[in-house]
Amino acid sequence: MLWPIDLIVLTFVIVTAVAAISVRDLLGTAILFSVYSFMMCLLWAVMGAVDVAFTEASVGAGVSTVFFVAAVFSTSRRTKD
Amino acid sequence: MTEIISLVVAKYNYWLYIILMMIGLYAMIAKNNLIKKLVGMNIFQTAIILFYVSTGYKTGATIPIIKNAHGGHGVEAAVIHAADYINPLPHVLMLTAIVVSVATFGVAMALCVRIYQRYQTLEEDELRMRLSEK
Amino acid sequence: MKLLGFIIVCLTGIFLLYGTSDLPDWGDPNSPASLHLSNHYIEKAVAETEVPNLVTAVLADYRGFDTMFETAVVFTAGLACFLLLRDFKPKQDRYYRHVPTGVVLHFKDKARQLRVGTEFESVDKDWVPSDMVIKTVCRILIPFIQIYALYVVAHGDFSPGGGFQGGVIFGSSFILLAISYNLKTLMKRVSEKFLGIFSAVGVLIYVGIGVIAMIMGGNFLDYSTLAPLVPVDPGHIRALGMLGVEIGVGIAVMAAMAIIYINIVSQGRHDEGL
Repeated sequence: MLWPIDLIVLTFVIVTAVAAISVRDLLGTAILFSVYSFMMCLLWAVMGAVDVAFTEASVGAGVSTVFFVAAVFSTSRRTKD
Repeated sequence: MTEIISLVVAKYNYWLYIILMMIGLYAMIAKNNLIKKLVGMNIFQTAIILFYVSTGYKTGATIPIIKNAHGGHGVEAAVIHAADYINPLPHVLMLTAIVVSVATFGVAMALCVRIYQRYQTLEEDELRMRLSEK
Repeated sequence: MKLLGFIIVCLTGIFLLYGTSDLPDWGDPNSPASLHLSNHYIEKAVAETEVPNLVTAVLADYRGFDTMFETAVVFTAGLACFLLLRDFKPKQDRYYRHVPTGVVLHFKDKARQLRVGTEFESVDKDWVPSDMVIKTVCRILIPFIQIYALYVVAHGDFSPGGGFQGGVIFGSSFILLAISYNLKTLMKRVSEKFLGIFSAVGVLIYVGIGVIAMIMGGNFLDYSTLAPLVPVDPGHIRALGMLGVEIGVGIAVMAAMAIIYINIVSQGRHDEGL
């Protein structure tokens, strides 16, 4: 496994995680959380864990984002912090 | 100097995983909104799963699916060496962990919707005020 | 509060960073995680079970108890969402539209109920007409998504996949139908009773295979004792037992995902959606 790919994707993961908890709009949090899940899936695919990557792609970047967006639309979208 | 560089090269990925875990822990403790706390919990869970899966990696090995297992086209099955394949045991345990995390996330979202229906807010300090008034 | 949280997190981080000096190096084949039991799994799994995908072999056969309780957890999550949110009272505000003229009626109390048919149709408060492009594309794609989900379940023995992944993909095809048309279209095709029964049937299939193995004289979930029941050569019987168990997991997960989505998006009332 090449170390440049590992380092770049890990940096993206950390930046997306920090951004997901700092934005004030909950819909933006949902989309950034989906990007975070997808970057994790890439990381596991590069490491050779193909079953785990498949599960995370279908669950995290699929169903979990839909639950999040459905809950945000049923409650409020703004947040104070 | 060279020993510092060799230390960094051997262990830098563990440091990045720990930074990710601490980001998730900070969001769970310090944020006010309930949904942001949930996002922090999920970041923490996936960071721990990442740490576990990375302990199974072997350099120069391939994915844990055995090639030519049923003796395709007259080639008989060769002897399988354990050093050629990545350790599959952490993958199995972490599959169950991912399933449990998505189930927990679904139930937590349902709880948030119910709290909003009852109290019309999702911020923790406002919830505490309304609970202490009752 | 934020400052206190930041200090606690920094202290915990420093302690953990100090602890990483004992961990094995990256990619070491002699690390303690890769030495004892996993070598037995890698070398002996194909000889004993005839399944090339090692992760599925360990998940459904060697560690079958964990997968059974994981299926029970998914079923419990669907049940918990249903119990928390389901609201059986009819809504107070209802809107109906007279189809020939386009007049919209607004009923405020629950005294009168209008019968919906070809003359009147019920509309949502934020009613948007469905886009034709989205409806057509999703209508064509959904059967292919479902066939792909069945492929993932059936080929879990040979390629990455398995019961859980196929179940999630099948469940998300239902969610796609609910998003592209509307929630009532999904509820007409896939009723609540059907979803509830199927999520329980999945767990029942898993536990049933284990009980049948116990009746035939072996331990719980010992697939090799099922050989007299199925007319295939006894070398393959463990692979077939794994396939049956994965089908159970897929059915349970599909129904649970659909139940959780329907209850969250309509806040339990099952009338409107996204």
